[in-house]
Amino acid sequence: MAAHSAVLSFSKTINPLWGRHLGNTVKVFGTTLTSNRNKTFYPRDNIPPPAKYGGRHTVTLIPGDGIGPELLNHVREVFRFSCVPVDFEVVNVNSALEAEDDINNAITAIRRNGVALKGNIETNHTMPSSVKSRNNLLRTSLDLYANVMHCQSLPGVQTRHKNIDIMIIRENTEGEYSSLEHESVSGVVESLKIITRNNSLRIAEYAFQLAREKGRRRVTAVHKANIMKLADGLFLQCCREVASGFPDITFDSMIVDNTTMQLVSKPHQFDVMVMPNLYGNVVSNVCAGLVGGPGLVPGANYGRGYAVFETATRNTGKSVAGKNIANPTAMLLASCMMLDHLKLYDYATLIRNAVLTTMNETRLHTADLGGQGTTSEVVQSIMRIIQSKGQLTAEI
Amino acid sequence: MAGYAWRSAVSCVVAALKNETLQSRGFIRGMKTVTLIPGDGIGPEISAAVMKIFEAAKVPIQWEERNVTAIQGPGGKWMIPPGAKQSMNKTKIGLKGPLETPIAAGHPSTNLLLRKTFDLFANVRPCVSIEGYDTPYTDVNLVTIRENTEGEYSGIEHTIVDGVVQSIKLITEQASQRIAEYAFEYAKNNQRSSVTAVHKANIMRMSDGLFLRKCREAAEKHKDVKFTEMYLDTVCLNMVRDPTQFDVLLMPNLYGDILSDLCAGLIGGLGVTPSGNIGANGVAIFESVHGTAPDIAGKDLANPTALLLSAIMMLRHMGLHGHAQKIQTACFNTIQDKKVLTKDLGGSSKCSEFTEAICQRVQDMD
Repeated sequence: MAAHSAVLSFSKTINPLWGRHLGNTVKVFGTTLTSNRNKTFYPRDNIPPPAKYGGRHTVTLIPGDGIGPELLNHVREVFRFSCVPVDFEVVNVNSALEAEDDINNAITAIRRNGVALKGNIETNHTMPSSVKSRNNLLRTSLDLYANVMHCQSLPGVQTRHKNIDIMIIRENTEGEYSSLEHESVSGVVESLKIITRNNSLRIAEYAFQLAREKGRRRVTAVHKANIMKLADGLFLQCCREVASGFPDITFDSMIVDNTTMQLVSKPHQFDVMVMPNLYGNVVSNVCAGLVGGPGLVPGANYGRGYAVFETATRNTGKSVAGKNIANPTAMLLASCMMLDHLKLYDYATLIRNAVLTTMNETRLHTADLGGQGTTSEVVQSIMRIIQSKGQLTAEI
Repeated sequence: MAGYAWRSAVSCVVAALKNETLQSRGFIRGMKTVTLIPGDGIGPEISAAVMKIFEAAKVPIQWEERNVTAIQGPGGKWMIPPGAKQSMNKTKIGLKGPLETPIAAGHPSTNLLLRKTFDLFANVRPCVSIEGYDTPYTDVNLVTIRENTEGEYSGIEHTIVDGVVQSIKLITEQASQRIAEYAFEYAKNNQRSSVTAVHKANIMRMSDGLFLRKCREAAEKHKDVKFTEMYLDTVCLNMVRDPTQFDVLLMPNLYGDILSDLCAGLIGGLGVTPSGNIGANGVAIFESVHGTAPDIAGKDLANPTALLLSAIMMLRHMGLHGHAQKIQTACFNTIQDKKVLTKDLGGSSKCSEFTEAICQRVQDMD
């Protein structure tokens, strides 16, 4: 804390013009400077909270907007049917309100339970810019620094490129999403992109550990260091430092515009990719599009003590909400990732296999895959497959 | 099919035929001069190829070759050689090959210098699928218009404290207004039906919010062109699934960089993508965006398609639609024929053979 205030006062004296901006930045990142400097990182020891008496877990559920509520209802239906020992604590967040009470309640609930499953909360950008994105607020408050997405081609889904298998690890708290903006002169707006050494080291460490765990051979860092020499240069340097500690894994780097070009022409050259926040947004959406769309890919956000699961592309899907045509695959696979995190592996495998088997049935494909199926038909089919496996189930 | 692209090209010709009588009077009087910057590496050979094809097509253009390697001015500031600057300001139209900036040169990239000298605020890249050069994506027909002076590439970066770096993204009202106006003008002049603004205003509320506001204002003034706005991630997602839903895309610097390269990847890469830069004083520089390819320089192996397509874009900009159409048809037919293709297009012919085939076709058309 002493270092924190020292930096603040130092910044105010050296240049009054920049003092305010430096002060803002330090307030946001001051804690990372002081508290984590002497600790070593063990990013992969996310131990989930232990089950309660009776062996049941409590998970926070945030329905969100658009297709979120209906898809999460389906998840609850499937869980109830399969007798999964998980109870959901539902916290509603009203995106139309300016006050931050709702989202703070949600954050408290997640701190209490340790694990959450959420739909996307809409950001209405006609509201004043002091009203920040709720999703972003959740991620930064809980320090969910790693966003992990595994893009795999599904055999039953027709795409232009086959057999894609890419893992994307995206820094989730800083970068361009720092929400530090100001209008210095009328008509001139500045937006700050922050890159810190600690967070870059942390995410690189996470990426390499994950690659090693999953038996992956190569990690590619995506950047734009030829233009943003200091910011992305720092990120790249941190990745290189961490790479030197993992000699069994090949490390290379690629500029983001070349990356997108390569992804649409030769996606099989990529294995694991690590990148800062905004490029992560672009690359993860491109990859999701390559394997079949937003309805198929689950995503996970991991922090030091918390984990939040959602669909990878974070869409509210307003145009398909309430029409029973949304694809429940992404949300169901996200719930399976959550079950894996809670160490309920049998249930996770059961539901995951049922979902993937259903996805191979072309006649059940929903509108986003070019089919005519409804969400309820897909969910019914999944439950029937689970029942046929002979495990304990409730009535349909 | 790619008939779509033909149709829009033909409608360009039809629209221009109405003006051609007026303009051809101007051209009969004399040839139009264009500044040619051959560039480095394969630059000279592909420029020579383009000049040869233009000669075969009897295009009323004479070339003024200039070198833009940066020199140090009187105050120690790096600048474009005054001869090149003068020529560009006189002719207002330029065609540029790939430029190289050696790493230890000590001066900023030549492309950056050109951009600053002529205030090239808009980068326009039409991406049209090429018949005969197959990619997994067919029927791509869109244009990316990217703001080229500010945004994330303002180059303002600081190290706040050791281990914390900030990079500033600058969005100004003036630049956003200028690029939005240009995009709608372009859409109108090229028979494009809709303009989509790409942004991330849910996260970058003030900066992209300002950009979006200016786009909306420009849309109000051009009600005949449809205007939509879409998040950057949604555009990326939909682009790789169905690129036919997009027409003109308008965006700030960084998103423009990523998306224009993404669209180039859809049609086959930088070797077949044209590009144009529009400046403030009516200056327009058309360029090929690929690299200098030093490994094949001087060996007659280069593919001149990118520079040729940019030159065709230049002809349309100048109003010479007839010649542009003729050369474009010849080029696409040669590629579709698959008999003489350079190595990067999947063949084994030389650059001169490819050029010769196109010249032959152009002459046969007369």
